[in-house]
Amino acid sequence: MAVTDAARAVRDSLADEHPILALVVRRLAVGVLTLLVVSAVVFLATEVLPGNAAFAVLGRGANPVRLHALERQLHLNRSLADQYWIWLSGLFTGKLGVSLANGQPVWALVKPRLINSAVLVFVTGLIGAILGVALGAAAALRKDGLFDHVASVSALTVTSLPEFVVAIALIILVSTVVFHWLPAVSLLAPGTYAWSEPRLLILPVATLVIVIVPYIFRMMRASMIEALESDYVEMARLKGVPDWRIVLVHALPNALAPTIQVIGLNFLYLAGGVVVVEYVFNYPGIGQGLVFAVDNRDIPVVQFIVVVLAAFYVLMNILTDVIALLATPRRRIAR
Amino acid sequence: MAVAAPSVAGTSPRGTSRMVRHPWLSTAWRAARTLRGVVGLSLSGSIVLIAIIGPFVTPDPPDALLTLTFAKPSSHFPLGSDFLGRDVLSRVLDGGWVLLVMAALATALGIIAGAAAGISAAYLRGRSDALIMRTVDVILAFPQLVFALLLLSVLGPQLWLIVLAVGLSHAPQVARVIRSATLNISERDYVKVAELQGMRPRRIMTSEILPNLVSPLTVETGLRLTYSIVIMAGLSFLGFGQQPPAANWGLMINENRTGLPLNPWAVIVPAALIALLTIGTNTFTDAFARVAIGIDRPPEESALIDELTLRESR
Repeated sequence: MAVTDAARAVRDSLADEHPILALVVRRLAVGVLTLLVVSAVVFLATEVLPGNAAFAVLGRGANPVRLHALERQLHLNRSLADQYWIWLSGLFTGKLGVSLANGQPVWALVKPRLINSAVLVFVTGLIGAILGVALGAAAALRKDGLFDHVASVSALTVTSLPEFVVAIALIILVSTVVFHWLPAVSLLAPGTYAWSEPRLLILPVATLVIVIVPYIFRMMRASMIEALESDYVEMARLKGVPDWRIVLVHALPNALAPTIQVIGLNFLYLAGGVVVVEYVFNYPGIGQGLVFAVDNRDIPVVQFIVVVLAAFYVLMNILTDVIALLATPRRRIAR
Repeated sequence: MAVAAPSVAGTSPRGTSRMVRHPWLSTAWRAARTLRGVVGLSLSGSIVLIAIIGPFVTPDPPDALLTLTFAKPSSHFPLGSDFLGRDVLSRVLDGGWVLLVMAALATALGIIAGAAAGISAAYLRGRSDALIMRTVDVILAFPQLVFALLLLSVLGPQLWLIVLAVGLSHAPQVARVIRSATLNISERDYVKVAELQGMRPRRIMTSEILPNLVSPLTVETGLRLTYSIVIMAGLSFLGFGQQPPAANWGLMINENRTGLPLNPWAVIVPAALIALLTIGTNTFTDAFARVAIGIDRPPEESALIDELTLRESR
C-alpha cells in the first residue's frame, strides 16, 4: 500500500509540475509494455506451427540427422520461454538468426529493405502532407465553390479505393496502355538502394500520395472552415486585418493542429500500405520482403519485419499524440 | 415523452408528420434518397448483383482453356482472354461471389466481437474495461493487412483463416467507437431506471443499450465492409486468397498484369468492379452517417473526434 501511495505521490507531483512530460512518460511506458506484449504475440503466433519450423523447411521426407541439426540451429530443442528470450535479446543485439529460405542472416537481408521503405514512407508523407494541407485550405477558403465540390467528391471516391487498384490505374495510364513514360516495375535487385535509380520511386510514391491525400484534405478542410468561422477570425476581420494575414497567421495555425493528428495517422497507415504497393511495383522494401517471406514461410524474417512494423506503428502513435498536444494550447492547459 | 426519437431520427421537420417508424429505418430511408445514397446504393447493388447472378450465366466454363493467351476482345470472347487463354468475361462473372461472402463474414465477425467488447468495456468499467482496452491496444499495434499476413505465414493461405484474421483486426476499431458511444448512453435516465429496477447487467446491455447503438453500428458496418473488401481483394492480389485456378477479381488483376499491353481488359474490368463496389459501399455509408449525425462531417473525422474525447476522458 505504502509503495503504491508513494508512487502515486511522485506521479501526481510530476503531473502538477510538468503535465506534458508526465503524459509523454506515461504514453511511452504504455507503449513499451504494448510492444513487449506484441513481440510475445508475434513469437507465439509463429510457434504454433503444426510440426515445427525445421520440419516445415526440410519437408516431409526430412533426414532425421539434418532435422536434428536444424532444430539445434533454431534452438527448437530449448523450452518455449528460452526460445522467446533468445529471440527477444536478438532483436536488440542484431543476432536474429538466418533466413530459412536462403540461409542469409536476417539483419543483412532486411536492412537495405528497411532503408528503402523508410525513404518511400518519408517522401510520401512529406509530399502528401503539403499537398493535403494546401488543397484542404484552398477548398475551405472557397467553401461550396466548384473546386470545393470537385475536390470533396474526388476525396470521398479515392478514400474507398484499394491501393493496388490505384497502382494498377497509374500503370495503365503512364507505363503501359495509354502512355509509356515510366517503367511499370522496378528492376532493382533486393539489397540495392532506391536512390541508385530515383525514377523508380515516382510511381510508388505517386500511388501512396493519392491514397493518403484525401484524408489530410478532408480534415484540413473541416478544421479550416471551423477556424474561419470562429470568433477570433471575426474579431480580426472587424479590426481590419488584411485577408492574407487572417488566413496565414490567424486561421492556418489553429486549423493545422487537428490536421497534424491525421497526418500522423496516415504515417501509421503507410506502415501497412507499403506492403501491397511495394509488391505491385517490385520495390525492394520491407513490404515486398514480408510478402516473399510469408510466401516462403520464412518465419525468422516474418517475425522480424512484423515486429519492426508494429514498433513503428506504436511509436508513431505516441509521437502523433504528443505533437497534437503541443500544437493545441487549449488542450495543453485543460489538463 | 418523445425524447429519444427526434434526436436519432434527425432534424427534418417532415419526419414528424409521418407515421411513427423505427428511427433506423427512417434514417436509412432518408439516406437512400440523398444524391450520395442513390449513387452508393446503385453502384454497390449492381456489382453485388453481378457477383451473385454471374456464376449462373457464364457463357463458357471459367476454367476452360479456349483460345490464345491474352487475345483481344472478339465477338466470341467480348473481353478477350487471360494469361492461359481462358474467357475473361466468364471468369469476371464467376470471380466475385467468394470475395463478397468472405468480406461479409469478416465484417459480421468484427462488428459482433467489437460491439460486445466495446459495450462491456464501457458499461462494466473497472477491470473489464482495462483488460478489454489493453487487448484492443495490442491488436491495434498491427496494421490490419500485416496482422492477416502474420497468421497466414503460419498456417498457409486458408480462406477461413483470412476471414478470422480480418474480422479480428476489425474488432478493436469497432470496440473503440462503440465504447465511447456506450459511455454516453449508459448515463441516460432509462438506463438508470432499469438499474434501479434490478435488471441484470447483461440484460441492460442487450435490451437497453444495444438498441440505441444501431446508428453508429450501421456506420461502422459500412466502413468495415468497405475495408474488408479492400483487404480481401488485396490478399487475393498478393496470392494469399483463393488459389489458382479459381477465378477471383483480385487474383485476376495480378495474373493478367503482364499482358496489359496485349489485352488490358483482363485487368481493367476486375479492377473497375472492385473499385466501383468499394466506392458504392463507402458512398452509401457516408450518406447514412451524414443523415444520422446530422452534421456535415465524414465518418472518419467524427470517429477521430470520438477518439480524442475518449482519450481526454481517460
